Amino acid sequence: MDDKVSLIVFSGDMDKVMASFIIATGAAAMGSQVNMFFTFWGISAIKKETIYAKKGIMERMLTFMLPKDINKLPLSKMNMGGMGSWMMKKLMKKKRVASLQELLEMAQDLEVNFIVCQMSMDVMGIDKSELIDGVNVGGVASFLGEAQESKISMFV
Amino acid sequence: MKGDKVLDCKGLACPMPIVKLSKGIKEVNSGQVLEVVADDPAFIPDVKAWCAKMGHGLVGTNEAGGVYTAFIKRS
Repeated sequence: MDDKVSLIVFSGDMDKVMASFIIATGAAAMGSQVNMFFTFWGISAIKKETIYAKKGIMERMLTFMLPKDINKLPLSKMNMGGMGSWMMKKLMKKKRVASLQELLEMAQDLEVNFIVCQMSMDVMGIDKSELIDGVNVGGVASFLGEAQESKISMFV
Repeated sequence: MKGDKVLDCKGLACPMPIVKLSKGIKEVNSGQVLEVVADDPAFIPDVKAWCAKMGHGLVGTNEAGGVYTAFIKRS
């Protein structure tokens, strides 16, 4: 088995995405090759912009309701209309914990491989141009192919 | 004990000290000692796990007034 770690980031919750990035950067720092497979709500974590053009009415509604980027993710608990995530960010800054944006950049710097689920993008009407650069598009086989070679696989 | 090079990770929380360490170790030669200073209370157990995984030698650790120091010999 290769020294690989594979994560499925299904959740788009701030706290769960944070845990995913901490594990990913930690594993990369411990010499593992890390794959992060972003699917469903997790895709919000790798968005850089929102585009409404060429989208149908339901896709536009979904686009409007989804977080715009990694800094806008809600907490899984006690979000309270955004007040919870605002407080959490304040606390993280005070305790000098890296922000999600910093963790994302660190993961890129450590050459963590980002894969985005094509099917979820299709369903949710997300275009690749809305995502950060350097993301590979793939399907379930792409993830499983990596997971089979990984010592650690996680679903977050 | 003194390291050949000092890496300051004070003020950083998990996982940043380990991330910085993974880059910092490349700045000393094989056989040289990197001295890492941090104030994250999880640093010592983390640095032990990191050294075991990466195959570098943990030559010594100490704690004084909430500041943790690890001496790592690059393999």
